[in-house]
Amino acid sequence: MEKTISSRENFLKGFIRENPVFSLLLGLCPTLGVTSTAINGLGMGLATTFVLLMSNTVIALVKNLIPDKVRIPSFIVIIASFVTIVDLVMAGFLPALHAQLGLFIPLIVVNCIVLGRAEAFASRNTVASSAVDGLGMGLGFAFALTILGTVREVIGSLSIFGWKFMEGDGLLVFVLAPGAFIALGFLIAIVNWYKRMQDKAAIENKKEVAA
Amino acid sequence: MEYFIIIISAIFINNIIFSQFLGICPFLGVSGKSSTAIGMSGAVMFVMTIATIVTYLLQHYVLEPFGITFLQTVAYILIIASLVQMVEIILKKVSPAMYQALGVFLPLITTNCAILGVALLVVQKDFNLLQSVIFAVSSAAGFGLAIVLFAGIRERLEFSELPEGMKGVPAALLVAGILSMAFMGFSGMV
Repeated sequence: MEKTISSRENFLKGFIRENPVFSLLLGLCPTLGVTSTAINGLGMGLATTFVLLMSNTVIALVKNLIPDKVRIPSFIVIIASFVTIVDLVMAGFLPALHAQLGLFIPLIVVNCIVLGRAEAFASRNTVASSAVDGLGMGLGFAFALTILGTVREVIGSLSIFGWKFMEGDGLLVFVLAPGAFIALGFLIAIVNWYKRMQDKAAIENKKEVAA
Repeated sequence: MEYFIIIISAIFINNIIFSQFLGICPFLGVSGKSSTAIGMSGAVMFVMTIATIVTYLLQHYVLEPFGITFLQTVAYILIIASLVQMVEIILKKVSPAMYQALGVFLPLITTNCAILGVALLVVQKDFNLLQSVIFAVSSAAGFGLAIVLFAGIRERLEFSELPEGMKGVPAALLVAGILSMAFMGFSGMV
């Protein structure tokens, strides 16, 4: 990672450009599994954000103490410890949400985003920029999950964050498993389209400057 | 009969990919060609069965007697990671042919949430050892069925004309959604 990148850019890159879900296609299991409502998506996103922030910070702190050969197992132990903390705290204070997310809380350990950021960013950057990276990526993930959850909740049960804005039943299939795949497919297509538009605009800007 | 229900429900009704959303990364990652899909599902079945047996023993003979079940996540993931490494080393020595076929997929399996997911589900469902093994094998078979079906469709998808933005992953996800709808048809069976 170049030194020139500002911490603001470092923070914001996780939202669209390098969004873990929409662009990098990492961590799709919890993305599809828990987003039947916006609240669940947000809860899962924030839990992952906490794990990412803490694991990135700690790994950046201890990166010089860990021999290169046992790097990955050490990272996994650090990540798993924070996941256990989240699991127990959620079970204690938010039992309803914990029951809804179920299996996917312990599965944060094998979320490719967390290990990916540890390996690609935290193991070779300063503590401060790793923390910013973890927070940005985590919030980008939470953002993606909340959007997907909102889309599925609005179409599937005609409500938003649990508030029913219209009488009647929605398209139930969007709350069930197939809707997750279909909604995510369309969201990724929209993001691809938006990025192509931006790239095109950038090229045209350059042309105008040159002319 | 009880075992039969476990098998049918793990393969078709609660298919690990289409209704549990476990193992989506390899599902999208290596489903480009049928041959790699078959290799991957073989590797998954192998590791999933062994990992489920080992974590079952760990849960019932170490974690529970000593009252340290809060270490479950940490212990399981370490066991699975080292197990995958060990399987790789043993396979290389004992059966080079099998290593050739499965080798490239083994490192990817550590971060396959299906393995850890099935190991945790077995504890949640309170299965005994035999039930756990049957559940693991049939879950892996469900994974294999899903990924091989999907790879076949994706091979055809390559040749179809799609709007620019829909090419690749978005189209694949829509296909997965339709397949998942088809699998919902099994849901009344048991």
